[in-house]
Amino acid sequence: MAEATLHPQLVVRSATLDFIRNAPGAFYLLALMGVVLAIWTPGFFTVANLTNVALQVAVLSIVALGMTLVILTEGIDLSLGPVLGLCGVAATLMVVAGYPLISAVAVAIGIGVASGLLNGSLIAVAGMPPFIVTLGTFGIAQSIATVLTGGDSVVQLPAYYRWFNDGVFLAIPVPIWATATAFAVTWLLLYRTKFGRYVFAIGGNRQALKLAGTRVNLFHIGVYVYAGALTAIASFIMTARMNAAHPTIGVGLEFDAIAAVILGGTSFEKGHGGIAGTIVGALAVGVLRNGLNLLGVGTEWQVAIVGVVIISAVGLDSIRGLNA
Amino acid sequence: MSAHAELLPAPSTRRIDHGVFVVLSRLIAIIVLVVVLAVLSPQFLTWGNATNVLRQASLQFLMAAGLTIVVLTGGIDLAIGAILGLAACLSASLISHGHLAWGIVAALAAGLAAGSANGLLVTVGRIPSFIATYGMLWIAHGLGYVFMKGEVIYGLPAGFRFIGAGFVWGVPVPVLIALALFLILHVMLHGTVLGRAIYAIGGNPNAARLSGMPVRSRLVFVYALSGLLSGFAALVVIARVNAADSSIGEDLLLPAIATVCLGGTSLFGGVGGIAGTAIGALILALVINGMNLLGVQTFWQSGVMGAIILISVLADQVGGSRLMRKRS
Repeated sequence: MAEATLHPQLVVRSATLDFIRNAPGAFYLLALMGVVLAIWTPGFFTVANLTNVALQVAVLSIVALGMTLVILTEGIDLSLGPVLGLCGVAATLMVVAGYPLISAVAVAIGIGVASGLLNGSLIAVAGMPPFIVTLGTFGIAQSIATVLTGGDSVVQLPAYYRWFNDGVFLAIPVPIWATATAFAVTWLLLYRTKFGRYVFAIGGNRQALKLAGTRVNLFHIGVYVYAGALTAIASFIMTARMNAAHPTIGVGLEFDAIAAVILGGTSFEKGHGGIAGTIVGALAVGVLRNGLNLLGVGTEWQVAIVGVVIISAVGLDSIRGLNA
Repeated sequence: MSAHAELLPAPSTRRIDHGVFVVLSRLIAIIVLVVVLAVLSPQFLTWGNATNVLRQASLQFLMAAGLTIVVLTGGIDLAIGAILGLAACLSASLISHGHLAWGIVAALAAGLAAGSANGLLVTVGRIPSFIATYGMLWIAHGLGYVFMKGEVIYGLPAGFRFIGAGFVWGVPVPVLIALALFLILHVMLHGTVLGRAIYAIGGNPNAARLSGMPVRSRLVFVYALSGLLSGFAALVVIARVNAADSSIGEDLLLPAIATVCLGGTSLFGGVGGIAGTAIGALILALVINGMNLLGVQTFWQSGVMGAIILISVLADQVGGSRLMRKRS
């Protein structure tokens, strides 16, 4: 380090080396899992299993895209898992009761937007810490979802409902379309609009934005609203996939989403990162879970292993930040 | 001297005003709860129910005491419920097989180990506390599931159950345990150098570091203490309910955080204390007791906890600062 600063000519610049040094943890995890799975399980690199992984990852990717924006503003949204459960329960209850699908979609998105509004205003306007606010909404969303179903599952969904997961449009499954659309919209928002520049700036220096006389609060609330709306959309794929809804379907999803975002190279400090990494991160988490399933590792161990992965990823990230 | 008075910083007025607001609002909350419950439920003002409320409050206090000290340093420990669950599973299994001493050691050791790991991740690993302890939450839950394999343990020896379900001169044992812990922690926070360091770190970590305080080791100590106290609370909880399964800690995080928030300890660190948490535990116990007496579905419990967290933090933020503006 000191050597390089004193003698800049000693530093060999190489694009490959730079990539190896700076690539988000997700690339390494994916590569490692690829090698391990190729050796141990013949079932992994089959079209059927890879399609399965892609479908599994769709819900996680969509939620993680919203989570990326939240984390870029130095925030966190722990409520996304239970909010997904609440949206799923509300929409399926309406559909089963015979209401038209469009009204169920409107209600689900309304719930996502409302929870985002609550989170965002308490964080941006009242200045409360994000993890405490979203933990509060976590409890509220979970309670309402459980009360709505009386603790039971919503079953016997109409046949057309499965289209959200099983449908195919132009030879590509609907969940993949949904992920691609969510990615495109988020990309445009983040890199081509004023909103996007504010997202990075809020994480970088919120105070400066405020002093510059901009309407920071509005954009800050918008980030949580957007994350809530994406989660509402993801809930349809999730419930269609399970062909049922239960208040707890979203439990732990926020955790996988945070893991995907961090593995994808988005940092908790100063608005570093982006959404391309998040998709790779979601794939890495999906492949990790799928691979652990194929290797015969039980769900209970998976929970602990993903916990270790998330901590290691953030730890490596902060250690690398020190050296840079 | 008086000419320079206006140059002195005036953080103390804010703290006093914050304190006045917190104490007044909690007093009003307790009075309102007691009056409303006494009117709505004839069973509320009975000796048996008062004992119930106090025991419930003591358990809440045990679960939130360690968290309070972490929050005082400006951090958070989201793993307390999961650590409690893991410790409960390990010790219940050992105790039900007749190894009483090993069961107690296992609960305390598991709590201490997980808490120390949290402390090292936060200090040496430089991971934000809510992420490090959130990861630890899932690790501890996972290990709890792995260990229990879906089984439920019940039927613990009567001698052990004394610490959770026994009475001394008509007072439930958990109440006495909570009182003892309260005294120890209160003296630690307000009568020792360690306690001053905890407040200093929460108030301004950089200033604490620059004035030569061993910030890292103090932080590791605080997270380790929080884990240890979770392990200890696990013993009292399994002695009280006489059973343990892998999900025992799942629903304990929200009430513990609600207790600390109700106690008026600032989530930004440096303001508050263990006395507030004792009051918070009492209010929460009254709320839970009221919901039980009025026959409110348990489904609502986590929602009520979430609402309590949001309202009490918001009230302190808004109410405390408005008082500050009025005076200055």
